This record gives sequence, C-alpha cells and structure tokens, in this order.
Amino acid sequence: MTLTFNLLVAICLGYVAFLFAVAFAGERQSARGRGGWLRGPTVYTLSLSIYCTAWTFYGAVGYAARSGLEFMTIYLGPTIVFVGWWWFLRKLVRIGRAERVTSIADIVSSRYGKSTSLAVIVTLLAVVGTTPYIALQLQSITLAFGVFAAPETGGADLDGLALWCAVGLAVFTILFGTRRLDMGERHEGIVSAIAVEAVVKLVALLSVGAFVVWGLNDGIGPTRAAIAAGPVADWTATPGRWAGLILVSGAAVICLPRMFQVLVVENSDERHLVTASWAFPAYLMAMCLFVVPIAATGLARMPDGANPDLFVLTLPLAEGQDGLALLAFLGGFSSATSMVIVASVALATMLSNHVVMPVWLAWQGQGRASISGDVRAVVLRARRISILVVLAMGYLYFLTTGGTAALASIGLISFVGIAQVLPTLAFGLFWTGATRLGAAAGILTGFAIWGWTMLLPVLLPDAGFLAAPFGIGWLGSFSLFGMTGDPLVTAAILSLGLNTFVFCLVSLATQPTPMERLQAPRFVHVFDRTARPRGHRGGTVQADELLIMAQRILGAREAQDFFFAEARRQGRARDLPETTPDLLDRLERRLAGSVGAATAHAMVSGITGGTAVSVEDLLAVADETAQIMEYSARLEAQSVELTRTTRELREANRKLTALGRQKDAFLSQVSHELRTPMTSIRAFSEILREEDVPEADRARYAGIILEESRRLTRLLDDLLDLAVLESGQVELERVTVSLRDVIDRALVASGETGLRIERDRDAEAVDVEADPDRLAQVFINLVTNAARYCDADRPALRIRVDVAETVTIDVSDNGGGIDPEARDLIFEKFARLDRGAATGRAGLGLAICREVMARLGGSIEYVAASRGTTFRVRLPRVAAGAAA
Amino acid sequence: MTHATEPGPAGTRPPGRVLLIEDEPNIATALGFILRRDGWRVSTHSDGATALDAVARHAPAVVVLDVMLPGLSGFDILSGIRASPRPDLPVLMLTAKGQAKDRARAEALGVNRFMTKPFSNRELLDAVRALAEP
Repeated sequence: MTLTFNLLVAICLGYVAFLFAVAFAGERQSARGRGGWLRGPTVYTLSLSIYCTAWTFYGAVGYAARSGLEFMTIYLGPTIVFVGWWWFLRKLVRIGRAERVTSIADIVSSRYGKSTSLAVIVTLLAVVGTTPYIALQLQSITLAFGVFAAPETGGADLDGLALWCAVGLAVFTILFGTRRLDMGERHEGIVSAIAVEAVVKLVALLSVGAFVVWGLNDGIGPTRAAIAAGPVADWTATPGRWAGLILVSGAAVICLPRMFQVLVVENSDERHLVTASWAFPAYLMAMCLFVVPIAATGLARMPDGANPDLFVLTLPLAEGQDGLALLAFLGGFSSATSMVIVASVALATMLSNHVVMPVWLAWQGQGRASISGDVRAVVLRARRISILVVLAMGYLYFLTTGGTAALASIGLISFVGIAQVLPTLAFGLFWTGATRLGAAAGILTGFAIWGWTMLLPVLLPDAGFLAAPFGIGWLGSFSLFGMTGDPLVTAAILSLGLNTFVFCLVSLATQPTPMERLQAPRFVHVFDRTARPRGHRGGTVQADELLIMAQRILGAREAQDFFFAEARRQGRARDLPETTPDLLDRLERRLAGSVGAATAHAMVSGITGGTAVSVEDLLAVADETAQIMEYSARLEAQSVELTRTTRELREANRKLTALGRQKDAFLSQVSHELRTPMTSIRAFSEILREEDVPEADRARYAGIILEESRRLTRLLDDLLDLAVLESGQVELERVTVSLRDVIDRALVASGETGLRIERDRDAEAVDVEADPDRLAQVFINLVTNAARYCDADRPALRIRVDVAETVTIDVSDNGGGIDPEARDLIFEKFARLDRGAATGRAGLGLAICREVMARLGGSIEYVAASRGTTFRVRLPRVAAGAAA
Repeated sequence: MTHATEPGPAGTRPPGRVLLIEDEPNIATALGFILRRDGWRVSTHSDGATALDAVARHAPAVVVLDVMLPGLSGFDILSGIRASPRPDLPVLMLTAKGQAKDRARAEALGVNRFMTKPFSNRELLDAVRALAEP
C-alpha cells in the first residue's frame, strides 16, 4: 500500500469527520444529561493532554536528537506541578468554579478588582505568545504532508494546504466552541473530541516506539546499546538550564491559555484533580517513553541532513511501514488540531470578553448591559469573529516565518512569554496585598524583557540594532544588563525575576482599590469560604442554620412559625423543612422585607453555599446598608432635634419660672414701698384726730404725713414712668441740645442738695441729640442719689465731660462707693441698698435712668473706682455743623 | 392722761418696756408716740445687725419687730430670740410685704403675733397689751 497525497487528504477528512461525530455525540449526550463518563476524571485527564502538541509529538524526538535528555524538562515541569503542587491547582480550580472564571485573563482581572486593563494586557500577552504556537502547529501539519507528498507536489500547494487546515479548524471550533454561552463555558463536544485525539496520539507514539525497539533494534537490550553508542544520552545541560526549563514548563502548564481552559474552565468536578495528579504525569511519561530510542535510532539509521523533528514519521516510512506512518501522521495531526482548537477557543473567549465586548458595549453606550437575547447574539458573533481572527493570525504568522525557526525554540519562547502571568496569578492566590498596579507593572516588565530578548531575535534574526540599541551594549538582546550565558535561561530568569520584583515592589507601594479589597479575600481565602460541599442545596443541617439566621432577623417567634408552616406544607410535621429551592426563595423574599433583597440573597446564599455571592451582590448589600444608615442618620437627627427642643422648652420654662418669681418679688417690693408710707400716714392721721396732741408735735406730724404722701406720689409716678419706658409706648424726643443747658436745668431742679458741685462748663459746651427733659431726669436722679447716699463729711459732686467718638459724662461723688457685690444690682428695680434705708426712697431711679439712656441710644454704667461712686453716661455726639 | 377717744384700759398702767425694732424713722416715731401715750416705756432700734444686743440690754416685756431691716432680717432676729436665754419673749412682727408665705415663715419660727402694715393704732396697742399679759 502506498500513500498518495490524495489518499492522505481523504484519510484526514475521514478522521476529521470522525472527530465531528465524536464531538457531536458528546454534546448530545451532555445535553440529555447522560454521558456521565464525559464529565469523569478520565476524560478530564485525557483533555489535559493538549499540553502535548505537535511540538511534543514530533519535536521531542528532534529535541532529543539535538540536545539529549534535556527534552525531559518539558515533561518534568508539569509533573512536579501536578504531583507536588496539586494544592495550588486545587485552589486555582476552586476559585475558577466559585468565580465562574472564563479564561486566565478573566481570573487575573477578577482577582485585581475586575480590572479591564489587566484583562486586556493578559489577553494581548496570550495572543502574542500563542500565535506563533498556532503557526507552529500549522507548520507541523504541512511538514508532515510534505513528507508524504514531496515527490508529487511543490511547496506552494503546501501553503494552500495549511490554509485549508486553518479554515477546517475554524469551522470545527466555531461549530463546537460557540454553540452556546451557558453551561459555564464548558464545551463537552470539544472535550470529547480532544480526549479521542489524546488516545490517538498516545497510541501512535507508543506504536512507533514499539516498532523501533522491537522491529528495528530487536528488543530492549540492543536498543540500549544503540542509545549508548549515539549522542542522545549525553548529559549536555547545566543544572541551571535544567532548573530554568522545569520552572518555565511548570509555569506554562498553568498559564497557557489552552491549559487553563481544560484545567480550570472545563473542569466539572474538583475531585478529578486527584486522578489527574497521578494520571496526567503517567500520560506524559508514556509520551516520552520511546523518545530517546526513536531519536537514537533515527540518528543512526537516517541519512545525514534528515530533519530529526520528523523521525517519528520518516522512520516507519523509510522502513516501508506505511500503515504505521499513517498512524504516526494521524497522531501528529491530532496533536496539532487539538491544540489549535482549544487555544483558539480560549483566545477567542478572552478577545471577545475583554476586547471586543467592552468596545462594543461602549460603542452602544449601554455600560453594563444585562445579558439579554440581543447581547447574547452579539457575544456569540464576537466569539466567532475572534476565532477567525486568531486562526488567521496564526496562518499569517506561518506564511511570513514558515520554516525559519526550529520547532522547539518557538515552543519554549512561547512558554516563557505566557509564564509572565504566573507571578501575578500565584501571588494573587496567596497574598491579599497584591495590587492591580503591581500586577500590571510586573506583567508589562516581564513582557517587555521577553519581547526584547526572546521574541524579537526570532522574528527579526538579522536586525542589527538588537545587539546594541543606540550603541549601548548592555541593552542588547543577547546580553541585557550584561548577563551572558545560556540565552534562554538568562532571558527566562531576567524576565520572570524582574517581573516578580517589580510586581512585589509596586504592590507594596500602592493601595488596593475598594473593589480589589473585596475580591482579594475571595481568592486568597477561597477554601474558608467554600469549605462546605458544593452543589447540594438541601439537607436539614442547613435548615437549622437558616432558622438561626432567620430568627436573628425576623425574631424567634415569627421565624419558627415560618419554618413550621413550611414543614407542614412539605408534609413534615414536627420537623424542620427540607431546604428546597422553593423554600429558599420564599425565605429570601421574607427576609428581603426586613433587610433588603440583596442582603437577603447574600445571606441565604452564604448559608446554602449554592451560588457564589458576586461582587454585584455585595455592592447591592452595601447600597442597602447605606440606605439604612441614611435612614438611621435621619432618625438620629430627629432625636437630636427632639433633645434640643426639650432643652429649649426646659430653658423657656425655667425663664418663665424665674420671671414669675421676679414678678412675685416685684409685687412684694411694690407692696412694701406703698404700705410703708401708708403706715406712717395712717398712724399719724389717727394720732392727729385726737385732741390731746401737743401743738408742736401736731405740726411736725402733719409735716410727716405730707412728706409721706409726696413719697407715695413720687413712687407711683416712677412706677408708671418705668412701666411706660419698658413697654416702649412713648417715643422719646430727639432734638439737638447743649449738654451744658441740660446739666444746668438738672442742678436747678435738684434743689438744695448740700453737695459741692465741681463742673467744667467749657467742656460741657457740646451738642447732643436727646430728649432734654429725660436727659435732665437722668442727671437729677444721679445728683439726688449722690446727695442721699454720699457719706463724706463734706460731700462733693464732680461732673466731667469728655468728647470723643461719643460724649462721655462722668458723675462722681467723694463718698464710700458701693460694695462690689451690690454693683450688679443697683440698676435693678427697688435695688435700694441697705445703707440707704433711712432715706425713704424706693430704688427705681437708676432703673429709670438705664431705660432712658438705652432709648436715647446711649448708656449708663457704674464705674469701679478706688474712691467714691462714679456713674458714666454716654451719648452719641452731634456733628459740629448740625449744632448751629 | 386720759384717752377719751381711745377705748382701753385707762388707768391700769401696763408695766415694762416695749422694744421697737423698726428702720423707717416716721413709723418708729408714730409707734413710739402711741405706745408711750399708752403707758409703755419704749426703746427704739433701727439696725438689724445689733438688734439682738438691744434685746439683751433692754430686757423688754414685748418686742415689736419689723421684717425688712438693714443688716439682719426680722426672721433672723426672731430665730435669735427663740435661741436666746429668753426664748419665750413675746414678739409682734410687722410687715409691709403682705405675703402669705412671710406669715407662714414667721409662725414656723414661733412668732406670737403677726400684723400687716398699715394697721390701726388701737389694733397695735391691743396686740401689745395682750402679749404682755401672761
């Protein structure tokens, strides 16, 4: 049997048709709720095998032929991650499921406060890192075709073949990758197809290996001898290079978009990791079991110049084993197609979610539109276009650089590039202090160094500026910062090291945004939050927790009534109800009445653990809390207002009481002042009515009666005067008068006082605006007070006038002054001081003076002085011109 | 001296002295006049602060005491008398304020008679005479 090109194409088409059938069947099984094995650990582990692409299928042999056992590092990294780091993967998968993560860009963005810019950065990094890798797969397919078709066709047709491959893959991916949006981004059809392909490629490689060992070398012993004779077994790698390559491949198995897709997004049960942790390393070991024998035998048997990357294919062909070669070809084809399919699904998800949709939504001006039917169609269209774009870029990359670089080197470059996400991802899972800015700075730093030292030298191998840009040698791609040595390891260590360093530094220097503060603990403490077994919204254990919570909110009685009513409804009298979704909905509605819908949902979800509480939920809770706080602030304000009003009322009451007491005191004073003269008048009147009073006494007593009558009259006048002044019923006159004239009048009216008066008549020659009678009344009061109370041996009164802004008149006597404690009282009504009791004059004078002065726009006050009593009267001055 | 117009115990001279504590000079004059004419020996005192000394010095049969006094109020003096060696000395209090609470206060302090100004001379003389009789 000879393999013609057309036969090969036909077989390929048949194989692809078979894969379509498998994918279709898988999807139907899943849609009908059957096919549990599709979601089992075996299929999960097999789907992980997309780690082994055409690069590993063909390239590993070439790698071994060129560099000996170093190719093992590519398998050791993932093995360590799966065996030793499975706690890390478990956390990753737990978070991925709890947060409904759709891609690696999504998980990074979500961890760092749903940062759009971070998602875009990671998406671009993934596209840049993956595009050459897709090109690599297309190249491997064309190379493989070339091996069969070389005698018949030219190279140009091979390019056309790559195009048809790309188109076919796009159709398959669009068909099975973008059929639906729901089901948490899982693609059972694709997963079942790549599981089949995983089996095919393993069987193919094992078959070729077995043929080489037992068909060509007559068993294990001779094979070992052949290996020992060749260069394959040579230990050429340094420990540093080994460690570097293991690190890079370990990072890649986590960060590669397609690996993240099958590892986290397509995972249907966290427990599958337990199986995968041993089964996947075992698969990898099986894949590399015969790599060394094939390489050694190929090197020994194939002519010089044969491409060692194609030994898997060419060895059986050279030995006339066309069937085996066909199997090997299908194995390589499977490796390439499964990688391209999953990678383009993953990239398309990232591109559409983080680049196309935000742009479309902004363009539509809808902001955060909910997923309505319309938007759903747009998302699907965006996905499909993204898949076409990804595959077109891969094809274009293949066209422009096809055949220029060794397969293995592109694979490793891609690994290092995508590994730049690892520091951000890993720290984000374990360190709440990691910030969005730190993540962006770290990734961009690593990305830049990777691009400069690894990607550009491959893309532009002849560009002179790479060696020493701007003539600066230490910036050169191959000796950045003066580091020379193994270029790959140097570049990997530099990019990842500086990436991590910058990431930590910026994270420590910046503050996380509130959204990041919300998100970080959800990732770092994911196990605390989701410790309860998931997916079971049932059981009475949760029912009593729900009851406890409900009691806190609704009150014990109401909550119990609700639960027992629910239990009766379920026919479970005298027991707690089953926590059916129905019950949960009703409970949620009931609680919502008390705490708001968002809070109620978060609380019920928190206890049942059925669905994750999203950030939107939390923000809604915050909104409700804010409303409650505002309400309580209003209540508090009202309460403060009430307290203030109460205080004011109490104060007003106190004033009223004080006023009442003052009124009593005033009436009591008036009574005293009226009754006292009345007493004298009545007593003497009764005495005079009798005839036996001596004539001298009679005259004296009549005088007393007259004096007391006048006193009574004066008192009544003063009382009425003060009442009128205080009530404001009279308008005082305002005329311009000479102060000297007023004082003259007052002194005349005061009569003979026995006081020696000292005046400065010149200084008194000033015009004031006042009611002359009232102003004179003030001075009369002051003069008569001085006459009454001055206790000096030779009483004197000095009147001093000072003209400044206001006119100040000081009226001072040379007596003993007023006791300090009495000074505050003298202007009060009836503030007759003890000392003046004998003078028989009620204390209304100064009270009237104060009222008069206030109404004239001036004032009167007592001036404390070392000797004597001084009253100071102030009056507004009249301008000199107005006096004339 | 006869008091034709005044009813009263003419001829029967009441013994003893009346101490008149009053700061209004005209009232003191009037009361002094009618009490002397009624046969009493009268001492007048106008300062509250030294009134208790005057009580001790004059050893009166009756004290006529004004409430409003400079220095020490009539209530204070009354308390002082009730705490003195002669706690049962009859005291007639006079007030011009006419407030019920003053009367209550005075009675609580043990006043013998409380009168509000103005009053008739006869009323006062009867009151003093009544207080002086055992």
